[in-house]
Order: sequence, then C-alpha cells, then structure tokens
Amino acid sequence: MKESEHFPDPHHDVSANTVFGFWVYLMTDCILFATLFAAYAVLKDGTFGGPSAKEILILRDALWMTLVLAASAFTCGIASLQIAQNNVKKLAFWYGATFLLGFIFIGMVGDDFDRLIELGNGWQANAFLTSYFTLMGTHALHIAFGLLFMIVFVAQAIRWGFTPMVVRRLHCLKIFWFFSYLIWIFMFTIVYLIGAT
Amino acid sequence: MQESLLFGRLTLNAFKRDAIETSVGVSILIGGIAIIALLTYYKKWKWLWSDWLTSLDHKKIGVMYLIVSALMLFKGVVDALMMRAQQVLSVGDSFGYLSSPHYQQLFTAHGTTMIFFVAMGLVFALINFIIPLQIGARDVAFPFLNSLSFWLFAAGSILIIVSLNIGNFSGAGWVAYPPLSGIEYSPGVGIDYWIWSVQISGAGTLLSGVNFLVTILKMRCPGMTLMRMPLFVWTTLVTLVLIIFAFPILTATTGMLTLDRLFGTHFFTSDFGGNPMMYVNLIWAWGHPEVYILVLPAFGIFSEIVPVFSEKRIFGYVSMVWAIVVIAFLSFIVWLHHFFTMGAGANVNAFFGFMTMIIAVPTGVKIFNWLFTMLRGKIHFTSPMLWFMGFVIIFTIGGMDGVLMAVAPVDFQVHNSLFLIAHFHSVIIGGVVFGLFAGFTYWWPKIFGYKLNDKLGEYAAFCWIFGFLLAFIPLYILGLMGATRRLDHYDPATGWFPFFAIALAGALIIFLGIGLQLYQVFTSFKNRKELLDTTGDPWNGRTLEWSTASPPPFYNFAVIPEVHERDPFWSMKHKKKQGRPHYHPIHMPKNSAVGIFIGVFSFLFGFGAIWHILWLAAVSGVGIVACVIARLFNRDTDFHVSVEKIQRIEGR
Repeated sequence: MKESEHFPDPHHDVSANTVFGFWVYLMTDCILFATLFAAYAVLKDGTFGGPSAKEILILRDALWMTLVLAASAFTCGIASLQIAQNNVKKLAFWYGATFLLGFIFIGMVGDDFDRLIELGNGWQANAFLTSYFTLMGTHALHIAFGLLFMIVFVAQAIRWGFTPMVVRRLHCLKIFWFFSYLIWIFMFTIVYLIGAT
Repeated sequence: MQESLLFGRLTLNAFKRDAIETSVGVSILIGGIAIIALLTYYKKWKWLWSDWLTSLDHKKIGVMYLIVSALMLFKGVVDALMMRAQQVLSVGDSFGYLSSPHYQQLFTAHGTTMIFFVAMGLVFALINFIIPLQIGARDVAFPFLNSLSFWLFAAGSILIIVSLNIGNFSGAGWVAYPPLSGIEYSPGVGIDYWIWSVQISGAGTLLSGVNFLVTILKMRCPGMTLMRMPLFVWTTLVTLVLIIFAFPILTATTGMLTLDRLFGTHFFTSDFGGNPMMYVNLIWAWGHPEVYILVLPAFGIFSEIVPVFSEKRIFGYVSMVWAIVVIAFLSFIVWLHHFFTMGAGANVNAFFGFMTMIIAVPTGVKIFNWLFTMLRGKIHFTSPMLWFMGFVIIFTIGGMDGVLMAVAPVDFQVHNSLFLIAHFHSVIIGGVVFGLFAGFTYWWPKIFGYKLNDKLGEYAAFCWIFGFLLAFIPLYILGLMGATRRLDHYDPATGWFPFFAIALAGALIIFLGIGLQLYQVFTSFKNRKELLDTTGDPWNGRTLEWSTASPPPFYNFAVIPEVHERDPFWSMKHKKKQGRPHYHPIHMPKNSAVGIFIGVFSFLFGFGAIWHILWLAAVSGVGIVACVIARLFNRDTDFHVSVEKIQRIEGR
C-alpha cells in the first residue's frame, strides 16, 4: 500500500500533531472563556446598588485597547511571514514590536483596574465588578503568558535558527496570539459595545 | 484568624485530631515509612526513578495510574464502610462513633475520591495502556504531556491524603455548593483542599483529553479508518471530546469559587449580587458529561469483552458507534435534571426531563447489541463475562429508575433522598466499576504478562453483585420511605434501622469481594509461572493489542501493523504467515523528570494556596513555569532504537 510506504512511522509527523493538538487546546480555552462570559452575562446586572457598566466603563479607552491589540496582531502576522524569508533578525524585530504593544495593552488594563479601584469599584464591590475584573484579568493573563513565551521562542529562533521545532513553536505562538486577540473582540463587543453604551 | 508570614494559617491546631482520625493518620504514616524502608533496603530507588517515575512510556504511566487509583479505591471504600456503620449505630439515643463534622467530611471525601481519583484514574489507566496498542501506534502523540498529566493527577491525590493528616477535608458534599462552600459558612481549609485537589487533577485530565484525542485522530496505523476502530477506541474518542468540552467548565467554576474564597469576590455569594444557583448550573454542566466520561469507556470495555468471550463479532457495530455519539451529544443538554427543584419552571423542567428520558434509547440499543452478540455465540463464562452479567442487571435497574426520576414531579419526591443515592450507585458501580474490573481482568495478561486466577475472580464478582444488591436495594426502599442523603442520625420511630442494617451487611460482602480481589492479585503474582501468557493472545482476541507480546516491548510493535477490516487481528491469525519481518530503526522518546517536578510544584502550590502560605505558592508557581521553559530548551528528547536491538528483543 502506498499509504504505508509514505508513512512508515506515524510518530515522525510531530509538527502536524502538535499544531492540531494546540488547536484542540485552544478550543478548551475557548470554553473556559465561554464560561466566564456566561458568568458575566448572569452577573452583569448584579450591581447591588452600585454603578452599572454603562456608568463606569469607558468605551473610548476600550477602543484604544482594541487598536493596540489589533496592531500587535498585525505585527505578529508580519513577524510570522519572516519564517518563509528565513530572516531571524526581522522576525525578532517584528516580535519586539508585538511584545511592546502587548505590554502596553497590559498596562492599559492595569490603568483601567486602578481607575475603578480608586473610585471604590474594586472587584469585591459587587458581582458585576467581580465578573468584569475576572474576565479582563483572565484575558490579560493570557496576553502575559503570550509575552513570556514570545521571549522564549524568539530566543530559540535566534539561537537555533528556523529548525522544524522552532517553526512549529512560532506557529503555535502566532495562533495563540490571534486567539487572544479574537477573545478581546468578543470582550469589546459584549462588555463594551453592548454593556457600556 | 492571625496568619503568619512563614506558615500562613497553618498552626499546630491543624494536627489535632480525635482518636479515629489519629488512627487513620498513623496508619498512613506507617505505610509510607514502610514503603520507604523497603525501597531503601532493596536498593530500589534508582530503579523506581529511572524505570517508572520519569518514564514517558504510556504503558508504565498506565500502570502508575492503576496503582494510585487502587490505593485511592481502598480509601474510598473505607469511607463508605464507616458511613454505613455510623448509620447503623446512630439511632435514637445513640449517636454513633463519628462526630457530625467528621461524618460530613467522610461523605464528601468518599464522593470526591471515588469520582476524581478512582473512576477517572482507572479509566485513564486503561486508556493509557490499551489505546495506543489498539490503534497500532508506538506511543501517544505527546509522551511528555502524558507523564505531566499523570503527575498532576498524583499531586491531586496526595493533597487529599494530606488532608487526612493536616487540617481537614471539605464537608460540603462532593460538588461543594455555595453559599455553604463560601468563605462565610466554611472558613476552614476543607473546601480549599477540595478545590485544589480537583483543580490540579482536573488540569491533568484536560491535558490527557487533548493528548489522546490527537493520538486517536492522528496516529492510527495505516488502513485503520474511523469505522474500523475497535469500539473501546470509539468510546474513548467520544469520552475525550466530552472531557475537552466539559473540563474547562470545571476549571473556570472552581476558579471562580477560589476567587470568592481567597479574595472576597461575589460570584456565588448570596449578597452583593452574587448568584449561588449559577454555580449549581455550571458545576452540573460539567458534572453530567462527567458521568458519561466515566461510563462510556466502560461501555467500550464490554464491547471488547463480549465478542471475544462469545467468539462472534460485535452485533451492530455502526449502531453502537452512533449510540455513543448520540449519548455524548445528549449528555450536554440534561444537566438541569440534577436540580429540578430549583424552580426553573415547568417548561424548562419538561425539556430537560424529556432529553434525559431520550438518553435511555441509545443506551438501550447498546444493551441489546451486547445481548445479541451473545446470542448463538460460543460463550465462555469467565469472570469478565460475570462482571458483564452483573452490569446488565444492575445497570439496567439503575437506568430505569433514572428515567423514573427524569419525570420532574417524581423527582420532587425523591430529590436528595437515598433513592437518588441508590440510583447513581447502580449506574456507577454497576456500570463503571464492573466495567473497569472486567477490563482489568481481560487486559491483565497484556499489561503484566500473566493471567489472573479466574476462580477467585468469579467469587469476587459474585460477592460484588450480591453485596451490591444487598447494600443498595434497601437504599431504594429507604429513599421512598423518606430517608434523605447525608444523614448521620435518625429516630428509631422512622423504622429505617433494619434497612440500614441490611445495607451494612451488603457493604461488608462487597468488602469481602475486594479482599478476594486483593488475594487474587497476590496469588496470581505468586503463581505467575503457571498463568504465564507466552503467546500474547490468551483469550483468542480480535484486536491489535493481542498481536504483540505480553507484556509488549517498549516500542509496542516492531513493525507497524496494516489493517484491512474491523477485528484486524482475527483475520491476521487466520491468514497465512508472511515471510520474515523487515525492521526499521524506531524513534522513541527519552525519559524526562520534568513531569514529576511540575507535579511536586503543583502539589506545593496547592498546599500554599490552601494554607495561605504566600511565599510557597509564589515560589512553586515560578517553579512550574521554570520547569516548562527548561523542558522547552531541552533538545535531546528522543532517540532511535537500532535494528539489532529490535531483532534481539523480538528473537527472545
């Protein structure tokens, strides 16, 4: 059979397995966020007499955050194109830009949290704020882990070059970054566009 | 409570216990010291470390799952016996031998242990060992991840055992409903032990789910299309899909409960706008699929055993596959039947009740398919078949009263009564446990290279079946008489005492069955020379795992098999042998200690979070990330087995 000649040891097709496995992992992450979104939807009106989403969330800030994250997704895309060009320097440059933008995004989330807490609207104030902070925080945590592994994988690319293993990891990093961006789109829509206007 | 920087809220008070708790703690310590002493005396530490603890071999990981789960099973059974004894002794003026808080911890620990650490562990033991063999693969898709999953599972189990000695366990039931499980009503560490043992082992389960899904979808041997897969592989595949959909919900839900308890947030509190019923919804959105995560592999095991011991192919393979898929789909839209009494309204209850009843249809298809497989077969009444017979009777009883409870008005009468307890023990013991015992008896020669003594297996099966009926039929009656679950005391005027006494007798007969099983394992190991399986195919099997030696070499198959139909090994056996096989070098993963390190750090992280020892949690959190990064920088992760070595092993 031709298939078996082509495929003497399924063990060797590591790259395809890894990327597929990473997609499956992202689907589990998707369900994790779905659960948090469901919690937000249930608790959104549980303000216990406190201010509602409309009164304390600032749509303009969220738009800036969206633009920063969109720009980071763009630079991440450009960076990934450098693998085909076999250009490690450019890859490092564009991932550097992505890192910076991601870092700015986390700073903006922190600012937002600070502003709310200073007004006495911390996550212990009521169930709405609890679910809001958790949703935002979980997303920011994803971005932070993305930044951490960005350092690791780009360092590996610089040190080892574009070996199949490094390419595979950079590919997973890219999917992860786009996934985090996609989740933010849902946050922007559900929390801000629907909730804060 | 004052918390110190160094020890958090851990004080000497955490080690205070009553006489019964002390005896448990002391016996655990003695057992642990004895194991350490034996390992040191026989100089086995190096062997244990390099051959087992750091192994990435899916077969060894499977055996380690088996060992941990068997130990946890013993603990869970002792919990059960203690509850049965309390309910017999604590009537009227007598209050039994257990304090109420201790009794609450017992039923919580019993449920948590049995579901998360026994049933899940045994299911993963078999999935680990058998799945790669049945699909003709040499390993799983991600061998390192597999080791990591196991060590997360082990870390969760150890947290439960530690709760016996330091502090106490949750008393809020195995699904820990808030507001009782909130910080206000349960300020102690019990709930936190529950949360972190479930959270850590749940993460392991989730990773296993991803790992084996990729293994089954991507690593089948040439020619094994989806519809040629053995049914155990099918049920496992669907189980993994359920895990992938359900376990993130558990992670998120217990995570939210943690935030409520640690940081004073308001997801599930009854004030500040929180919503405790959301927790109940979420936990059952995981919890109901979880039931099928446990029972589907058991269905798969019976689908392997019945054809082999009837010497026929399975009846209605395609309908079996569709039945599994339909059950999996329906399992996600029935969760509300766990709390019809919440008052969601008649229409909502009717929908969920109706969906619940429909599940009986595909399940019925499966039962009849197994029975038709036996029809006019050449049936061998070995102990796996006895477990199957017990399963058909008890599982069907449990299934039928499940349909009864799907009728919401009936459920209002028996909700949280012992009727419910009897129902889910019928399906979980009758279905999952019997299935696993049958599976382990059937695959024991493949795993260890020798068969189990079948006579003792038969006696054990009889003890379990009759013990079960004696222990749980009275519970059905008690439930209808109005006995609620989780009672540690009742009035003699209720007339419940005789039924509780019969139930205790039944539990003791089950315990006798477990004793026989332990003796069976012991005596079979002692006489393994006579029970040796030299052919690799002791039962005249039909699927690929029987085509390799027992126990299989570490690379499973010297030559990857090629498959042309269902039951591939059956036809291979009846065809002419081909010439000498032609070997190629085999690519295998090297051992790695990173899995066990991450397991240890996870345990310490959990322990730090439970006792509010901030520095410990922080250090172990960093440790986990550092281990992951260290592993990512390791490029020396695999090796090739030379052709000469394969020839040497195969020529034995």
